[in-house]
Amino acid sequence: MIRSLLWILAAILLGGIVHLATVLAMPQTATEDAYSRLSPLTPVNSVVALPSPTAKSAIMPFMDPAFATAVCRYDLRGGSIKLIAPVSQAYTSVTFYTRKSIAYYAINDRAAGRHSIELDLMTPEQHAALPEDEDVTAADRLIIESPSTMGLIVLRALAPEPGLLPMARQALAAATCSVQPAQ
Amino acid sequence: MRLLFGSCFTLLIAAALGLGATWLTLTRGVAFGALNIGAWTAWPKSGSVDIDPYARASIARSGELPTGMGDGIAFYAHTDDAGEDLDGRCTFVIDGMTPPARYWTVTLYDPQGRLVANALDRHDFTSEEIVRDLDGRFAITAAPLARPGNWLPTGGIERFVLVWRLYDTPIGVATRTTKEGPMPTIVQKGCS
Repeated sequence: MIRSLLWILAAILLGGIVHLATVLAMPQTATEDAYSRLSPLTPVNSVVALPSPTAKSAIMPFMDPAFATAVCRYDLRGGSIKLIAPVSQAYTSVTFYTRKSIAYYAINDRAAGRHSIELDLMTPEQHAALPEDEDVTAADRLIIESPSTMGLIVLRALAPEPGLLPMARQALAAATCSVQPAQ
Repeated sequence: MRLLFGSCFTLLIAAALGLGATWLTLTRGVAFGALNIGAWTAWPKSGSVDIDPYARASIARSGELPTGMGDGIAFYAHTDDAGEDLDGRCTFVIDGMTPPARYWTVTLYDPQGRLVANALDRHDFTSEEIVRDLDGRFAITAAPLARPGNWLPTGGIERFVLVWRLYDTPIGVATRTTKEGPMPTIVQKGCS
C-alpha cells in the first residue's frame, strides 16, 4: 500500500517536472511563432508593410484590424539600427520584440513628442562601445538596448475610421530602419 | 519485476500528467498577474519583459505579438457578465463606461484569433467611429443578424471572443480596483 503510494507520489513529482520543462522549452521549439511567420515576408533590416487582417487570411492571430502595420525584422550583427517613423494623424506606436516575441519596449507618438519617432537600437555591447562624449552630447537621442541580436520592430498606425486606413498606411510607408555601421 | 512495472507505470503517469497540464495551460491561456474587470481579463505583464513562462509559451505557440506595455493594454472576454459563453447565435449588448485612454478599439474574433466573415466586412469599432447618443454613451450589439446602431456581426459562429484594446492609457500593472478601470458590461439578450 505504502509502496504504491510512493510510486504515485513519484509519478506526480515527475509529471510536474515534465510540465515545467515543456512550458519552458516551448518558446525554443515553436515553429509557428510570430518571427517565423514574418521571416518569409520581410527582408532583414527594412520596413515592410503587412497586409491588414481579413476573415480569410491574417499573418498573425489577434491582429487589430483598425491599424496599419509595418515590420522591420532586425539583425544587429552588422551594427546598430536607426529607426525613423513619421507620426500619423491619429495614433502611432512602435513596439520592439525579441526573437521570442517578448515585447521589451514600446513607445507611442505622444511619448516621443515630435513629428516623428526616432530611435537607435543596439545591443548592450554596441551601447557600451559608443564613444563617451557622443553619449553625452546626444542626451536627447533615444537609445534602446535589444536583449537579443535579432528581433522585430512593429510599427502601428491607427485608422480611426476605415476610410482613413490609406492615410495610416502612407504614414508608415515613409518609415525607415537602417543599419548604422560602427565607425 | 515489481520494480520494472512500478517504474513504467510511474513514467507513463508522469508523461501524461506533465503533457496534459502543459496542453491545458497553453490552450486555456493561463498566466499570472491577470487583471479582471467584470467579464474582461488582461495580462499587463505579458506586454513587457516581466512576462511569465506560461504566457511566453502561449504566445510562442499561437504566433501572436502581445500589445506592448508602452503602447496599450488588451482585455479579453470569453464570457458575458453572467459567466455564459459568448455564443455567436445569441445577441449580446455591450455598453457602459470605458477606462481613460486616448483611443480604444473593440474587435470580435473566433477563439483562434481570426476575424469572422460577414457581409458588412465589419469586425471592430474604434472609439472615434462608434455611434453615441447625446450624452456620449454608446451600446454595441453583437448579434448574428443586422441590428440598428453599432452592430458587431458574430457570423453565427459557435464561440467568439471580444478584445477591447486601450491605447495610450494609464491602465496597467498598477491598476487594482474596478473603480480605476470601469469596463463595459456584456449582457445576453436572447438566442435565435
